[in-house]
Amino acid sequence: MLEIRNVHKTFNLGTINEKHALNGVDLTLDEGDFVTVIGGNGAGKSTMLNAIAGSWPVDEGSILIDGVDVTGLPEFKRATFLGRVFQDPMTGTTATMQIDENLALAARRGQRRGLGWGISKKEKTQFHELLKTLDLGLEDRMTSKVGLLSGGQRQAVTLLMASLKKPKVLLLDEHTAALDPKTAAKVLALTDKIIEENHLTAMMVTHNMRDAIAHGNRLIMMNNGRVILNISGEEKKRLTVEDLLVKFEEVSGEEFDSDKALLG
Amino acid sequence: MSLLNYFATLNPVAFTNALPGNIAQGLIWGIMALGVYITFRLLDFADLTVDGSFATGGAVTVMMTINGHSIWVSLLCACIAGLLAGLCTGLLHTKLGIPPILAGILTQIALYSINLNIMDRHANQALSIDKYNLIISSRQLTHAIIVGAIFAIVLIALLYWYFGTEQGSAIRATGCNPAMSKAQGINIDTMKLIGLALSNGIVALSGGLLAQYSGFSDVNMGRGGIVIGLAAVIIGEVLGDAILGKHMDFKGRLTFVVLGGIIYYIVIGIVLWLKMPSDDLKLFTAIIVAVFLAVPYLKGKSKSSFKKAGKRSAAALSSASAKEGK
Repeated sequence: MLEIRNVHKTFNLGTINEKHALNGVDLTLDEGDFVTVIGGNGAGKSTMLNAIAGSWPVDEGSILIDGVDVTGLPEFKRATFLGRVFQDPMTGTTATMQIDENLALAARRGQRRGLGWGISKKEKTQFHELLKTLDLGLEDRMTSKVGLLSGGQRQAVTLLMASLKKPKVLLLDEHTAALDPKTAAKVLALTDKIIEENHLTAMMVTHNMRDAIAHGNRLIMMNNGRVILNISGEEKKRLTVEDLLVKFEEVSGEEFDSDKALLG
Repeated sequence: MSLLNYFATLNPVAFTNALPGNIAQGLIWGIMALGVYITFRLLDFADLTVDGSFATGGAVTVMMTINGHSIWVSLLCACIAGLLAGLCTGLLHTKLGIPPILAGILTQIALYSINLNIMDRHANQALSIDKYNLIISSRQLTHAIIVGAIFAIVLIALLYWYFGTEQGSAIRATGCNPAMSKAQGINIDTMKLIGLALSNGIVALSGGLLAQYSGFSDVNMGRGGIVIGLAAVIIGEVLGDAILGKHMDFKGRLTFVVLGGIIYYIVIGIVLWLKMPSDDLKLFTAIIVAVFLAVPYLKGKSKSSFKKAGKRSAAALSSASAKEGK
């Protein structure tokens, strides 16, 4: 479903801030794979997601989604294939628009936006039912501005928006990192549910090793802009945080540097 | 004594006589403010093109009418000229990476020369209602107000419809959250281009109306236009929020923007009636807009400022130490 071949990206080339963010990333996701991505700060996790999403052109390599080479497509065109949830709850939704208007925008992802009415009656009932499944009472506030919602509510709405038009790949970039632990757990549970019900192929970056182990059927670890560990199947199910730390030291020859990943 | 003399010279009849003219002009500038509202509020793009495109609208309308075209065709072409001006600013910004305010200023300054060229290298051109079949004129004020109101209502209806469509929603989303818009597959560059073109098309239309109303077009007729447009938008919003409160919707907002233009011109009428020299009007306008822009900020600050927090803290500390003293 998703194939990343030898992708390189360097930021600020030729300046003192030069940073080789991606150093030949290779990764293949099969249909229905749910991959969690971990790694220390600056390992290239978010950069890899942004490379897939097309935030900027990569320097080298190819990105294929469902067999289509999207390497040359700008961000808004790749959006046809991708659902995205961001770390900042403010990023995924439009604050000055109503909840139903936000969903209607997402329902037209990948379509030409013409002069038809922005939201249909049929959609309103559909959105009402969908919002009900969130169990947050939002179905009764469909005409409220999204700016009035809490961070957790906004992430829940963003998840709905990302999956409304079934994406080829769902990209979750530390989407619970800005939430309090209780809300984060709720949003993670919702994430699992949405991925399972819609049979989505997904990739979730997280700082939290336990979450990375508990969710998904595959786990990859990144370091210095490369995928250094790729665990799946039974091995993933038996994985513990201690195993991961040992494996990290084995593969990278360094000690895992992020306290947050241990404590979280 | 001199103050009494001053009041004695103020003639209430002169004020009421001037009122219909103020309302008609206010309507025309209110239409212009609808264009400013699209860029300033919906697209979050402070577009200074309007000072130029307003005059372009006037110039095209007058020159085409003089050259034998019907007034409607002339107005339509004025609109298209404005559209192209907006497109130009949009391209400078989206394709060449020039910041919004600079892109607008560049187009505006270029339009000054272009407008002179349109007007046969004259700074102004007359358009007499005696010679041409104009649709709005200061000679027939009641008629002018009705025509202005019809234009405003039709435009409000069209804009209300358009910004409810898929494309209009995409423009609104682009203005509020570009990152999300891209993630939802919206081409934000295209949306900015459409919004800027639409805005300046409306501005040029109102320029065409004002040229007919006043019987001439002038290369400087749009100077300071953005400030008048902003004044109308802000006065309208403050007033609308005060009157409608929670019930303020998009239709209401657009209507109050036009009303803001009318109120602005009535206020101008009042200060002129109070014998303020007309040369000082632009200074006065700038002060009004600065005040209205500053009010929301200062209101927020009055609720929570370091100064007040410091005072509260000092009071709490001193009362605590007083208790300890006991």
